[in-house]
Amino acid sequence: MSIDKTRREFLKKSVSVSTGLVIAFHIPGMIPATQAKVRPFEPFDLNQGEINAWLAIEPDDTITIRVAQAEMGQGVFTALPMIVAEELEADWRTVRAEYASANRTIREEGAYQRMGTGGSRAVRHSRPYLQMAGAEAREKLIKAAAEKWLVDKSECYADYGKIHHKPSGRSVSYGALANAAAKISVSGVRIKTPEEFKLLGLPKKRLDTPPKVDGSAVFSIDVRRPNMVYAAVVHCPVQGGTLRSYRFNAVRNMPGVLQGIKLKSGIAIVAKTYWQAKTAVDRLPVQWNIGDEGKTYSDTFRNEYSAALANEGTIVLERGDTKEALESSEKIIQSDYFVPYLAHACMEPLNCTVSVEKSRVDIWAGMQNPESVLNAVAKEAGVAHENIHVHNCFLGGGFGRRSSNDFVIEATKIAKKVGQPVQMIWSREEDMKAGAYRPMAAMRFKAGFDLDKQLTAYTNHSVTHSILKDLGADVSSGIDRTSVEGLANMPYAIPRKKITHTIKNTHITSWWWRSVGSSQNAFAMECFMDEMATEAKMDPLKYRKKLLAHRKDLLDVLDELEEKSSWSKPLPRGHARGMAIHECFGTIVAQAVEVSVDKYGQAKVHKVVSVVDCGNLVNPLIAEMQIESGIIYGISAALYGKITIEKGRVQEDNFDTYQMVRMQETPVMETHWLLSGGNKWGGIGEPGLPCVAPAIVNALYRITGRRIRSLPVGDYYLQVS
Amino acid sequence: MVKINVNGQQYELNVDPSTPLLWVLRDNLNLTGTKYGCGISQCGACTVHMNGQAVRSCSIPVSQVEQFKIVTIEGLSEDASHPVQKAWIEEDVPQCGYCQSGQIMTAVTLLENNANPSDEEIDRAMTNICRCGTYQRIRRAIHKVAAKGGE
Ligand code: FES
Ligand code: FES
Repeated sequence: MSIDKTRREFLKKSVSVSTGLVIAFHIPGMIPATQAKVRPFEPFDLNQGEINAWLAIEPDDTITIRVAQAEMGQGVFTALPMIVAEELEADWRTVRAEYASANRTIREEGAYQRMGTGGSRAVRHSRPYLQMAGAEAREKLIKAAAEKWLVDKSECYADYGKIHHKPSGRSVSYGALANAAAKISVSGVRIKTPEEFKLLGLPKKRLDTPPKVDGSAVFSIDVRRPNMVYAAVVHCPVQGGTLRSYRFNAVRNMPGVLQGIKLKSGIAIVAKTYWQAKTAVDRLPVQWNIGDEGKTYSDTFRNEYSAALANEGTIVLERGDTKEALESSEKIIQSDYFVPYLAHACMEPLNCTVSVEKSRVDIWAGMQNPESVLNAVAKEAGVAHENIHVHNCFLGGGFGRRSSNDFVIEATKIAKKVGQPVQMIWSREEDMKAGAYRPMAAMRFKAGFDLDKQLTAYTNHSVTHSILKDLGADVSSGIDRTSVEGLANMPYAIPRKKITHTIKNTHITSWWWRSVGSSQNAFAMECFMDEMATEAKMDPLKYRKKLLAHRKDLLDVLDELEEKSSWSKPLPRGHARGMAIHECFGTIVAQAVEVSVDKYGQAKVHKVVSVVDCGNLVNPLIAEMQIESGIIYGISAALYGKITIEKGRVQEDNFDTYQMVRMQETPVMETHWLLSGGNKWGGIGEPGLPCVAPAIVNALYRITGRRIRSLPVGDYYLQVS
Repeated sequence: MVKINVNGQQYELNVDPSTPLLWVLRDNLNLTGTKYGCGISQCGACTVHMNGQAVRSCSIPVSQVEQFKIVTIEGLSEDASHPVQKAWIEEDVPQCGYCQSGQIMTAVTLLENNANPSDEEIDRAMTNICRCGTYQRIRRAIHKVAAKGGE
């Protein structure tokens, strides 16, 4: 019988003895255990068998592997344990995952190295030390067995959860050795070369799937604590504005309402249930102090960004004399591109549960950065670091948004005043309006051609809202390097080029959004690449190959795309293919999309073929899911994504005005791996996204004869030419 | 007092009758498998069954469901053994997982009404949002249940 069943029976029992009452009953231990051997946010009860900070083996051979990155759908709860298990020579069926403790990494000075999740770095960055953790444990187990048998350890080897003694054929399971192994030290540990992998590269099923099909996976919004109350928040509709006044008396007598808490730029109502809190906060009369930001509009911003394109900008990169080359060119093409702010719109609205006691604070949230949360909460609550416990949960989407601590700090401020555990939930509307957005940007491209249609020079100037500047980082150089990702390091061989940049911010808060700079830069650059191909009178894919002759890795990917997408095969009238290629986070992705225009003048994406070179793969199933995820996220952005500002206020506030791709708009997606191996382990959570928008727009040009240079595509009425 | 029947259990609750069913399930009954995504019938994360039909619990006052039998994801099966849940595991559908209770509850009624839905019928019935973009796998899982005859 699964433990899960016990829990249900418990629920039923609780219910049957308490019919007729509103009861906030509590599940013992608060954590619904699952069949998946995956339980976030509280460590398993382990008293023994911990071989190193990363793993523990119990007497029954259950292996618990700790994951320092956040499980936000991208599969780290499976992929990262696989890396450890590979070196450990574990029986994969006995492995379960739990979150590493941020508290411990602070107490033990970096026991888990780095706990942030972002930049598609989970595998890219952690792999070597996770391999080492597994290998070290393996060697300790071997040594423990050799000592037990009084044999030389060179006669012993690890395989499938057991240590074997070659000469005698004896074997002993890890569980029986773990306690001894924990006390042993080893040195000179070796990790495997890729040819030796047995587990890595296999499409192992995700450990977190079972609890995600029966409702038992715990997201932070599902956390229930004894005596917990709820907070609903409303923020100043103009970012940067502050609270002037509110009339708590107007809602004081509403059912369940407990108190109102003033925040710098918002107000929280605390009540017994979330619905009571939300109903009250929605009725609360509030006045705000709003400055000149309240007079701004997206259209004005856009004009200002476009105007700034004419300025020089700061030089990011210069090769040769582009000015001279352009002047003497036979033909110059110039295009301006534009992208709006975008919201992350994680499926689970931002929320956080906090319990503040005199000398201890507990935080339950979905966090991409639990360690920085811990530091920030320590400061906010004035409690020592070692007494702050952050309990990460499954994240109902992250995409960068949950790497910000804003919502956790806000919940902590509220909890400090409440005196009992409080769960703060931002409504979908608050989540979308009080967001932190993918930057707005304008980009200008110029290319010169000689009489033979050969490229003479290329220039690009981007005017971008700087995330680093919002973060208070030093951008006095005039360059935010994250804003020029993809533009500055563009791979095409161009005789003369000049890349310039201008930082231009508004009162809107910007933040890391899936694939960061590449999300806007690949769009503009890869569309302009098609414009250049058109000017050179060449097929866009062949034109790219011509400019990438020096990059075998990119060429191989393009060749594969050409074949796998049947690039040259004709399509019915009204349909066309478009393509793009982009390298980011250590991974090359090329995509070909098939698009048509429907009778309402809207684009319909039928098929997306991806060719991916991330070097090596930990788990092709999870990686494929991530490519598909990036594509859908990318189509939503390309077709619909737009945050509009009017009178300084974000206009989109829910899924009726901020549209998402649904089943009906989902194309057939085909992913092909072209793994170049070696020492390359590229990221996978983000690289599936950047090519989608340019490939769609490039295809639409072939159908409509019209160049779209501003997103989203849904702003245009499309006509088959 | 509001009387409701959820997963075969009868409850009498002292809640404001206008409270959406979603919040009663989550906050009063601790049935947190049903999720809040939008509150305005857009996303389907809150989907439950009302006498066997998929409904969006964020937009139904609890007082209106007194006559009906409500089933949530927790009541769909004892041990994740419903054919749709099994297909979801076989086809590796969930990513973050947040939308999946709603997706599954919607798919169950689709398949109960139509044992072998076409792609167009799936498009029409499955209007839930998945921000992680698991749609292709949801489609496959639905076809799989149909192919197995709901086993
Ligand atoms: S929460 Fe009910 S439809 Fe979105
Ligand atoms: S699995 Fe994340 S929203 Fe659907």
